[in-house]
Amino acid sequence: MHMADALLSPAVGATFWAGSLGVITFCAKKLKEKIDDKIVPLMGVLGAFIFAAQMINFTIPGTGSSGHLGGGMILAVILGPYAAFIVMASVLFIQVLFFADGGLLALGCNIWNLGIYPCFIAYPLIYKPLVHAGSNPKRIAIVAMISGVAALQLGAFSVVIETLLSGRSELPFGTFIYMMLPIHLAIGAMEGFITAGVINFVRSARPEILESVSVSKGLAPIISLKNVLAGFLILTVVTGGALSWFASSNPDGLEWAIEKVSGKPELTGQENITHAHKQIQEKTAFLPDYSFKRDDEGSAKEESREVWPNISAGTSVSGIAGAIMVAGLILLFGLGIKFLKIKRD
Amino acid sequence: MLNFDKEYFNIGYLDILSYKNTFVHRLDPRVKLVTTIVFVFMVVSFPKYELSRLLPFFIFPVFMSAAGEIPVGFILKKLLYVSPFVLFVAIFNPLLETAAIYNLYGIEISGGWVSCISIMIRFVLTISSALLLIATTSFPGVCRALERLYVPKVFVVQIFFLYRYLFVLAGETMRIVRAINMRTFGKKNYGIKIFISTIGLLFMKTVERSERIYHSMCSRGFNGEIRLLKRDKTGFADILFAVAAITVFIIFRRYDITKILGELAI
Repeated sequence: MHMADALLSPAVGATFWAGSLGVITFCAKKLKEKIDDKIVPLMGVLGAFIFAAQMINFTIPGTGSSGHLGGGMILAVILGPYAAFIVMASVLFIQVLFFADGGLLALGCNIWNLGIYPCFIAYPLIYKPLVHAGSNPKRIAIVAMISGVAALQLGAFSVVIETLLSGRSELPFGTFIYMMLPIHLAIGAMEGFITAGVINFVRSARPEILESVSVSKGLAPIISLKNVLAGFLILTVVTGGALSWFASSNPDGLEWAIEKVSGKPELTGQENITHAHKQIQEKTAFLPDYSFKRDDEGSAKEESREVWPNISAGTSVSGIAGAIMVAGLILLFGLGIKFLKIKRD
Repeated sequence: MLNFDKEYFNIGYLDILSYKNTFVHRLDPRVKLVTTIVFVFMVVSFPKYELSRLLPFFIFPVFMSAAGEIPVGFILKKLLYVSPFVLFVAIFNPLLETAAIYNLYGIEISGGWVSCISIMIRFVLTISSALLLIATTSFPGVCRALERLYVPKVFVVQIFFLYRYLFVLAGETMRIVRAINMRTFGKKNYGIKIFISTIGLLFMKTVERSERIYHSMCSRGFNGEIRLLKRDKTGFADILFAVAAITVFIIFRRYDITKILGELAI
């Protein structure tokens, strides 16, 4: 579910950056208040663990598609929401820089969509109240799956909401929801299932590890539903206000990123790189089932056709000539630098 | 398996590239970070149907890769690898919006195609600039830049740590997966049970490692903060670079250079 810069307008990108940075600062403050030194290396190494675990893929029986760990839920369960959010943000940060996932501007949205919901909604409101130290594995599995689904659905939904706020998507709201939510239902259940599986496995194999980790968790997250709702209300008002102001003053093009289940290199089997393509195929296979409401859409387009000024061929030709010249000049510029470098050496 | 090695190598390769010593590499990481962010902002701020005014912006990635001696092929390959997602989204525009907005000698070009191509150009510009940022700035450099741009220290320490142990844990994972592959005779579908216990095992190894790291850090006087020794200085060249780059971006944003050149030519 990585957003991409190319499909984002500066207003939406900046707003979500502000939101995500705000939460990072808040979490950093919370961690500092009651920090246990031990959690510092643990957080770092667990971040790397999420990466490493994403490299392992397994094939979902019967479907031929593959899945892997997303990370948000398991981090929240192990580290608590504040530390987990920071770790999740750091994982996404490295993904942007080294795997070109999304882009620098979209990072704010990605941290929001993949970090906030598991850490500050699903974990404190669903997982924490329902699972206790003595809970049996089945209960953990069911609760983790519900939390995973909730987190992923909210993430997917906020992707759609972000689209609407930016207002320029060609994909109609209904179609987009239909495309996003069912896919993320499966992904969320998978995420919860894997999370519970790992927790249960570690609990049965080496229970003292989880205990030692939860001791260093230190701060007991005191998040009530009321606080969360109040926080979201304030955020909604601020975001909505900021966005509508931007939207009216700056009607920029914003296109829309659908989603990306994962882009990580995986390492089962031999065709890792084709994983990405495979997912695209899976998704395109869904599409014929959805109608795009072409009829009323089409008539609206017909009307707007007149509104568009038909640009004369002359302007287009000069545009193309200019494009070729710009391309040539930039190429020359690059080659010139290279030439100068070789000469100097 | 081979692909994993390759991807593993790719992260390492970006890291190796970032330790070159060129003008771009020597620039203050903060300057590069800020310039890149301004660049991305400028690029995405164009309206939906913009094509011609986006083109001059290619000068920035071209400059970074040429002056930073970054192999263009490597960057292009990375772009190609992540492109399916954006392409998949962008391809809906021609399908959903068929009203023509350009007329080129009787050939009508629909708004959908224009905005689709515009998205792809934005994609190449923004992602290549992010990749070139890390290829010309070592990761610790980016961390220092973030720290000095007042990003919370806990977060900076976190990404620093993550990066350090990324390679170690990837190596560990590689060994585990190799062992599974050998025992399953390359069978791909070994089931979710093995998958979960693999990750569980990796998790236990990770926690044990973090404990060892913590003890060794304690014995070196760690008190919850990582101190970075190297300090960056913003010199004259850095300020000149930032001012020049941002001025050029603003000019390109305001004036349609492509159109002006085209009209001059005809």
